[in-house]
Amino acid sequence: MEWLGPEEWQAVRLSLRVALVATLVSLPFGVLVAHALARWEFPGRGLLNGIVHLPLILPPVVTGYLLLLTFGTQGPIGKPLAALGITFAFRWTGAVLAAALMAFPLMVRAIRLSIEAVDPKLEDAAATLGAGRLQVFTTVTLPLILPGIIAGAILAFAKAMGEFGATITFVSNIPGQTQTLPSAVYAFLQVPGGEPAAMRLVIISIVVAMAALLFSEVLARRVARRVGGA
Amino acid sequence: MTLSVALTHTLPGLSLDVAFEAPAGVTSLFGRSGTGKTTVVNAVAGLLRPDSARIKLGSEVLVDTEAGLFVPAHKRAVGYVFQEGRLFPHLDVHANLLYGPRVKRQTIDPVAVNHVIEMLGIGGLLKRNPAALSGGEKQRVAIGRALLSDPSLLLLDEPLAALDEPRKAEILPYLERIRDEAGVPMLHVSHSAAEVARLATTVVVLDAGQVTRIGPAAEVLADPAVAPTGVRDVGAVIAAQVVRHHDDGLSELDAGGTALMLPRVAQAPGVHLRVRIAAHDVILSLAPPEGLSALNSLAGTVAEVRLGDGPGAIVSVDTPAGRLLARITRRSVARLGLAPGVACHAILKTVAIAPQDVGVETGILA
Repeated sequence: MEWLGPEEWQAVRLSLRVALVATLVSLPFGVLVAHALARWEFPGRGLLNGIVHLPLILPPVVTGYLLLLTFGTQGPIGKPLAALGITFAFRWTGAVLAAALMAFPLMVRAIRLSIEAVDPKLEDAAATLGAGRLQVFTTVTLPLILPGIIAGAILAFAKAMGEFGATITFVSNIPGQTQTLPSAVYAFLQVPGGEPAAMRLVIISIVVAMAALLFSEVLARRVARRVGGA
Repeated sequence: MTLSVALTHTLPGLSLDVAFEAPAGVTSLFGRSGTGKTTVVNAVAGLLRPDSARIKLGSEVLVDTEAGLFVPAHKRAVGYVFQEGRLFPHLDVHANLLYGPRVKRQTIDPVAVNHVIEMLGIGGLLKRNPAALSGGEKQRVAIGRALLSDPSLLLLDEPLAALDEPRKAEILPYLERIRDEAGVPMLHVSHSAAEVARLATTVVVLDAGQVTRIGPAAEVLADPAVAPTGVRDVGAVIAAQVVRHHDDGLSELDAGGTALMLPRVAQAPGVHLRVRIAAHDVILSLAPPEGLSALNSLAGTVAEVRLGDGPGAIVSVDTPAGRLLARITRRSVARLGLAPGVACHAILKTVAIAPQDVGVETGILA
């Protein structure tokens, strides 16, 4: 693509990769946490709910700084991980972590709503037919909440694409390493004559966001038809 | 296989204390809404943990709260047909039917599957989604799904309550076939006297969380003291055999040596039927009726007279066809001088007997 400069193209590719990895890696946890919050009774349920939603309420800079404190190379989690060769700070993997964390509440909310919409009586019926708890989940609950999972994933992807505050605080703004699309827009706007490049990235942002939205609509409609309007 | 249940459970506004045994055939838990019938069935299915209970199916203990034993729902050989079907909306009819064997990783026996499909008449629905089925079709599929999970006991919680009259009439013969052909004992919950009269072998009457009566269906239903759902539902059940079909649309039945004329029944001559005769459809006469349009008259003697709180009374009459109940006024009781031992005639209009009052019978009542 000649329309984009190499630096801009790099930012777009990195952002797509960060958003995709963040979404896919957090999805199983999102389903698990949503299921726990929707269906399980356990002590600390309210606390879990609060922690999951925290990134939504806190200023992103605060979340980024907390990430830096815990997952930085000297942090309580970052240090042992660094000894294993896994580092987050100032790496693209850190951008994934920041994006996933920031997008997690949105993902969990969408999936949780769809789980709560599943009639527990159907799950009871499955149990009387011989399905254990895990089987009930995989054969009844999961197919019925697929539209919610898709919606949650797309929402998380879009949020991850646009994540800025926590990312720049945690992993900075290194071109080719941690400079995601929003960081690149920010960087271009800081230099004289950077506006045309920033505008190109803005257009790409809009296109990606619209495409994600349309894609999720089509997919959700197809799944809804398959599950018979459940 | 006998099911034995003893349980106590406290619900808001109801304290349940129930013990009964359900032998082979259909055991109906009969009573008004809110008397704990569904709670009992849910405890048998494993969907509810009773406060204290001992539930045994055959030789297997399902629940023993004293021993801390509770077999989870999916490990019980119990099929459950719910009031509202509960078909899986994301699976077509065929996949719904095979859900049980699939999750239990059992090999699917096509002969058994076809037998159930044929017995329930759902062969034409297999590729359809539940959303595209009528209420009656849904319920038939739900029954088939429960049967194909290979249960040792089938639970039916008001299986017809969500259906209109024609749909009920559509399902009842299938339930009779299952009772008579599949050999799976059933625990059936109902607040409909007609449904209980049609299906039950044994009746367990529940009132406010207590068992008030247990016994063979014909005996319990012929007892005027048993009217858990109101006096309007009182009626006796008698056994009869189809003799022949007449050209004018009537069917002649033999009930204990007496001829009984009914609107044309679907069954062939020789088939044994159970016929529910509602108490308010029976007229009593001291003299043999003459010049009367009603076709059926059974000579008998009064066995019991129960005066109601209002203007009504229920008179039990022993006839060769069995014990009949007549709901008449207290004034008539006084005027005719009805008392135990008095000879009288029970008169029954042919057209008073609706098709849903007539079911097939496999010698359980006889």
